[in-house]
Amino acid sequence: MSVAVNQTQTIERPSMDYLDQLEAEAIYIMREVAGQFERPALLFSGGKDSITLVRLAEKAFAPGKIPFPLVHVDTGHNFAEAIRYRDELAARTGAKLIVRYVEDTIKAKGLKEPTGKNASRNWLQTYTLLDTIEEFEFDACIGGARRDEEKARAKERIFSFRDEFGQWDPKRQRPELWNLFNGRIHKGENVRVFPISNWTELDVWSYIQRENIPLPSIYFAHERECILRDGRLLANTDFIQKDEDDQIVTRQVRFRTVGDMTCTAAVESSAATLEEVVAEITVSRISERGETRIDDQQTEAAMEDRKKGGYF
Amino acid sequence: MDLLRFITAGSVDDGKSTLIGRLLFDTKNILADQMEAIERASKTRNAGEIDLALLTDGLRSEREQGITIDVAYKYFQTPKRKFISIDAPGHIQYTRNMVTGASNADLAIILVDARHGVVEQTRRHSLIASLLGLPHVVVAVNKMDLVGYSEDKFLAIAQDYQELANKLNIKDLTIIPVSALNGDNIVDKSEAMAWYQGETMLSVLENVNVLKDINLNDGRFSVQYVIRPQTEDLHDYRGYAGRIQSGVYRKGDAIVVLPSERTSRIARIEVGGKEVEEAYAPQSVTILLEDNIDISRGDMIVPANNLPQLSQDIEALVCWMDDRKELKVGGKFTLQHGTTRTRCSVRSIEYRVDINTYEQLEDVESLKLNDVARIVLRTAQPIAYDSYQKNRTNGGAILIDETSNVTVGACMVE
Repeated sequence: MSVAVNQTQTIERPSMDYLDQLEAEAIYIMREVAGQFERPALLFSGGKDSITLVRLAEKAFAPGKIPFPLVHVDTGHNFAEAIRYRDELAARTGAKLIVRYVEDTIKAKGLKEPTGKNASRNWLQTYTLLDTIEEFEFDACIGGARRDEEKARAKERIFSFRDEFGQWDPKRQRPELWNLFNGRIHKGENVRVFPISNWTELDVWSYIQRENIPLPSIYFAHERECILRDGRLLANTDFIQKDEDDQIVTRQVRFRTVGDMTCTAAVESSAATLEEVVAEITVSRISERGETRIDDQQTEAAMEDRKKGGYF
Repeated sequence: MDLLRFITAGSVDDGKSTLIGRLLFDTKNILADQMEAIERASKTRNAGEIDLALLTDGLRSEREQGITIDVAYKYFQTPKRKFISIDAPGHIQYTRNMVTGASNADLAIILVDARHGVVEQTRRHSLIASLLGLPHVVVAVNKMDLVGYSEDKFLAIAQDYQELANKLNIKDLTIIPVSALNGDNIVDKSEAMAWYQGETMLSVLENVNVLKDINLNDGRFSVQYVIRPQTEDLHDYRGYAGRIQSGVYRKGDAIVVLPSERTSRIARIEVGGKEVEEAYAPQSVTILLEDNIDISRGDMIVPANNLPQLSQDIEALVCWMDDRKELKVGGKFTLQHGTTRTRCSVRSIEYRVDINTYEQLEDVESLKLNDVARIVLRTAQPIAYDSYQKNRTNGGAILIDETSNVTVGACMVE
């Protein structure tokens, strides 16, 4: 004799972990982009934030492919590891990859390249980005900016409207209520969308750890020949003009953010695994941009000014 | 660990930014380089005193004028919880920014200056918190140091506030005497106010129960996007991607699609590409149905035994947000509700709410920036909605100007 046991499996409904909440919000935003726009794109820099975006996009549209291209504005001053990673990622996900070069913009427009000690192509990226948006008629560009990064970003909407010149006007931002994102625009205008606006640096690292997302090797501790300048360690490369005050040293370092080689500083670290990196950031007393981004430190409103000009 | 989103509201000089600065500082969430930057900036403005308000005032014009113009977000955490603080401007001309900030918050901190007590702005901020259905309100009676930490002064303000709150829809109210400048009752208990036996600000923020604020009774799901890979192995896959706004969805549930009113059952639920037996708000999921029916972005999938209202005639409280045009009877807009957009026209303005006295004023011809009013709308397509006070996620809608495309109104459907 047997007794039929009707077991109904119910899953408990505990409070969602904050990473689950942030993930659910980011996926919702990704899907709003796909639902509201004709020609969206994901701006991919090779950094951990845009790598996280790609994972979120994969999850948002699984089992389908990511329904928009990855766009990389290549300054020509990138880390080789980041470029290799980018190409592998595009191949693995099957997403379309579009690369446009700052070098070409400089030649085509006859732009004067900044020279001197702390010269960077950071500002010039904006021209290439705006040209690329025009070339492909992108109406929405997804970016990996976070509000915890910087003061001007703390004020920016998740759907951030840009006029036909790509400009951000902080005084005329659209009210953004509940989860109702207004992506209505006229032709020629576009919207920058930031799905991980509400994530912190630690959240991104914790998520990468939880999801076991592979990263370019430069995020982990390695021996590197560096330029020691004003207390900061820059990767030793021909892209950086050196002078007699610069010291060339070999240190064990990792990169906390990955941007241009010319404006991204390394930190001394022995953290060689994701666990060690997360542990190091948890106790860090210095913000990410403060420690590693030379581009933000020119003036108190450096980022605000760049964003008004059309920057990411 | 879970997440609490809270908004701070107060008058121009009530010390909101200082309060946030103090919370970050006392919970050790200010990093060394940020502190150095504040010290540098403080030196050029004040008499060398460190101004914690400089942490949140991010735009150049804000620093120049010493006021907060736009909504600013700050992130911090304690061992108990992660926090998103939403700093909204206090000045009346920025009421719409407070509405914006409050729409996503679980809790509001309303600042009252102990020297002035309950003032017009307190009444306005409290009305907004109530209209936006914030489940928790904490009143911080600030600058207690400037009234000699007087218990009588505090009790009188608390009583005034309680009277005000009785006229509103505030479910959970806490009133705390604080000094943001000196850190009294923010993170640490105040020694100067030993007479106060209640919780500190941080303790309330850490312990308030937000889990029970999520509506798990009424299944609501708006389709954002249809996933159709159309590859060989996934030839017939048709998944409806969206976020569960409220309620719980299970495999096998009988459902109705709105507005078409077609019925089916849930064949499969996926989260991030993996199958689950059930899913709940606010998860982002993909739902597959047993029957092949025509569903596209903007449709809702709801339980067969629990339907929202379906109508083209909608009554709502609206906060008007446009400084360039007024809302007038007969005006035409695009209404965005969930993932639906439809044209609508304003049939009538029933009354305007005086946001300071809470009086209902009739015979109103038009609405100006920051006005709150009850209006009647007629939509081109039927909308599947719930009353905002019953379901915050399916009772909110925005009005979009059809020529400028700007968001001009926030609607709370009744």
